[in-house]
Amino acid sequence: MNKYVSPAMNRRAFVIGTAAVSAGLALGLDIPFGRPAVVRAADGSPEVNAWVVVRPDDTVVIRIARSEMGQGSLTGLAQLVAEELECDWSKVTTEYPTPGQSVARKRVWGDFSTGGSRGIRSSQDYVRKGGATARMMLIQAAANEWKVPASECTAAKSVITHTPSGRTTTYGKVAEAAAKLTPPAEVKLKDPKDWTIAGKGVSRLDTADKTTGAMTYGIDVKLPGMLNAAIKDCPVFGGKVKSFDEAKIAGMKGVKKVVRVGDSAVAVVADTWWHAKTALEALPIVWDEGDNAKVSSESIAKWLAEGLDNEQPAYVGNKNGDAKAAIAGAAKKIEAVYNYPYQNHATMEPMNATALYTADKCEVWCGTQNGEAAFAAVLEASGLPAEKCDVHKLMLGGGFGRRGQTDYVRQAVAIARQMPGTPIKLLWSREEDMAHGRYHPITQCKMTGAFDADNNLVALHYRLSGQSILFSLRPEALQNGMDPAAFQGVAQSGEAAFGYSVPNLLIEHAMRNPHVPPGFWRGVNVNHNAIYMECFMDELAHAAGQDPLEFRRKLMGSHPKHLAVLNAVAGKIGWSKPAPQGVYRGIAQVMGYGSYVAGAAEISVTDGSKIKVHRIVASTDPGYVVNPAQVERQIAGSFVFGLSALFYGGCTVKDGRIEQSNFDTYNSMRINEMPKVEAVMVPSGGFWGGVGEPTIGVAAPAVLNAYFAATGKRIRSVPLRDQNISFA
Amino acid sequence: MANLTINGKSITVDVEPDTPLLWAIRENVGLTGTKYGCGIAQCGACTVHIDGVAARSCGVAVSEAEGKQITTIEGLASGATLHKVQQAWIAHDVPQCGYCQSGMIMAVAALLKEKPKPTDADIDEAITNICRCGTFQQVREAIHTIANA
Repeated sequence: MNKYVSPAMNRRAFVIGTAAVSAGLALGLDIPFGRPAVVRAADGSPEVNAWVVVRPDDTVVIRIARSEMGQGSLTGLAQLVAEELECDWSKVTTEYPTPGQSVARKRVWGDFSTGGSRGIRSSQDYVRKGGATARMMLIQAAANEWKVPASECTAAKSVITHTPSGRTTTYGKVAEAAAKLTPPAEVKLKDPKDWTIAGKGVSRLDTADKTTGAMTYGIDVKLPGMLNAAIKDCPVFGGKVKSFDEAKIAGMKGVKKVVRVGDSAVAVVADTWWHAKTALEALPIVWDEGDNAKVSSESIAKWLAEGLDNEQPAYVGNKNGDAKAAIAGAAKKIEAVYNYPYQNHATMEPMNATALYTADKCEVWCGTQNGEAAFAAVLEASGLPAEKCDVHKLMLGGGFGRRGQTDYVRQAVAIARQMPGTPIKLLWSREEDMAHGRYHPITQCKMTGAFDADNNLVALHYRLSGQSILFSLRPEALQNGMDPAAFQGVAQSGEAAFGYSVPNLLIEHAMRNPHVPPGFWRGVNVNHNAIYMECFMDELAHAAGQDPLEFRRKLMGSHPKHLAVLNAVAGKIGWSKPAPQGVYRGIAQVMGYGSYVAGAAEISVTDGSKIKVHRIVASTDPGYVVNPAQVERQIAGSFVFGLSALFYGGCTVKDGRIEQSNFDTYNSMRINEMPKVEAVMVPSGGFWGGVGEPTIGVAAPAVLNAYFAATGKRIRSVPLRDQNISFA
Repeated sequence: MANLTINGKSITVDVEPDTPLLWAIRENVGLTGTKYGCGIAQCGACTVHIDGVAARSCGVAVSEAEGKQITTIEGLASGATLHKVQQAWIAHDVPQCGYCQSGMIMAVAALLKEKPKPTDADIDEAITNICRCGTFQQVREAIHTIANA
């Protein structure tokens, strides 16, 4: 995967000290001689295998390759390893290997990418095997010492017992010997029904430091002699720096250097970031804004609307029968056009990275959702080979997809290259973060539904027009030009499959790519597809004179898992009974990231414009639940993210640039606006789905459908603030 | 130059008088638990106590903070004993990414000092910090646990 990997550098010995940054990151490798050799952690403790280090005091250090950004998968992955390892959970700690170390060891830790709700589901198999393999090696080491068959020994809570004799030892005592053994070729994993650590809502491993200010985020990195940089990229995407007048800020306090960063940005380096930012604001910069300066939200909307015209070309993502013919000959048809805007991730911690570049080394310290992508960015931006680069990952102050991109890493290295030997911490202002996001893509959707004389839905035409993320970020993943991810939630099959059977179906995408850079924004294409489809399903139900739940159920007979979560929320919210006086309900379901989710909301509306959300019920079938307490938090958090976007979000474009500049113009929900989310977990087993993202899809349509029930008025445009609708 | 009293210690920092207290705390004093989120007193990530009252330190100049008792998240605990809000935060596993939580905890500690048994309405009015992860449910539950202890 990493094209920069040098094949000549595997299994070389090196030790990386990162003590200056934060405890828990240091992880050295020491492979002095041929096999079998013990690989050691930085503190000298033996590595039983790449995933498990056991210290003499029985502390178990579990290596985690995926990034923790609040979603809890650091704890979940540790639970899975510990479950198979049969170790004492109270003695578990974790550490991140660096991408450089992984590359040097033939990517022993696999994929570092933490997006697409994949953190646990894509690595559960090999991390569990890592735990199981280590357990077998530890047991074998004890058996060897006792000169008994390993089959006579068992392990529990880090204690190995020779059953016939009753002798015991601990993991810490045999780890050194275990580390010298050849790993078993085959391991058997536990049946999840036998789990004792996984599957439980154990406390997170990273909470304590987050309550005392001790947790180190990228923004908190301190290195000796470090300087701070503030940056301004051309506000018009695609524009360039024409000139800047650094003489104007030469005398300002603390300023050390003014540097050009690539073609499009200027950075001021100073003793403190406050000085850097203050000077940057005073620096005259002339931009070459280019043709994109003519683009506005209006011009984008007009271009997308043209794509809704059936005569325009479109990619077909899901098809059944002949929808156009069935619509033409139907007894009744209804049509609606919806739209969804750009959204900024607005992570609480703005983008930042710290880089140290010297003639023979380039190291970066940052929060990233993809350590290997950040590593590749360091190699490219520094021009140095893999063995001279590394990335030290820190806690992320939010990710939501934004920190899967590496633009801020490249910038930090580009600045550091111009000041060799001096560590440079680059921090974006909130305003820069708002101006240079990787935005949730903009789309519109025209839907047409047709009924026979008995009000049965006979055809559905779903025509999406708008931006493709893959076109911009992963063009190699396009299929003959089509973006398969554009159909998330309405796809024919797979991990984001459509949950309804319609005899004549046409789901297509007219791709239109404005100049605003799109990105993977928590929930990604599920967000708008679920709003469009689930709100339109509500419209269809009312057009047919049927209850929205019953209308859906009739179309879901062949989709039992979709139906099961829908039924679960309907039951929990009491759909069959009337809502309290003045309270109205909406319901929605979707599949995304391999999981089935549904949501229902109870709201009241004052004066047609003030919404109070009283209750939210949400159901998820992710196959297996590794930590129910954290899954519950992801479900609740998904509603905060999805409803913030619905009520307050929306990034608009004027003169080629984003208009919103901070939380005063791009607001986020507060505690007074958010009810308790009643989560209903219905894991049916047999598959592994994600939990961080899918639920966002049902947040907005559940509330929008409830709004219709309350007011008789359809809202087909996001955000609500543009229509003077707000929280009560 | 400014003379500040932070977490009970008197500290002289070499900054211009209009420097936001947030940046003096983070960059000049070196206490990084107080976070930068917006710089315009909207999000609350930088909340500290000034003479016992919650304040958004990005919007306070160091000149305004001189002579006052400033408490940051690092100074909330009493020695090795965590503040009751910190303890409740651990018991309820409140933080997700945790970035906003220093400010959230400081805002809640100030509320509880004023109203030891806040109602939901009191919480809604006093706690206006942004949390993009959406920890509000756990925040509310943790506050009630403290109030009912």
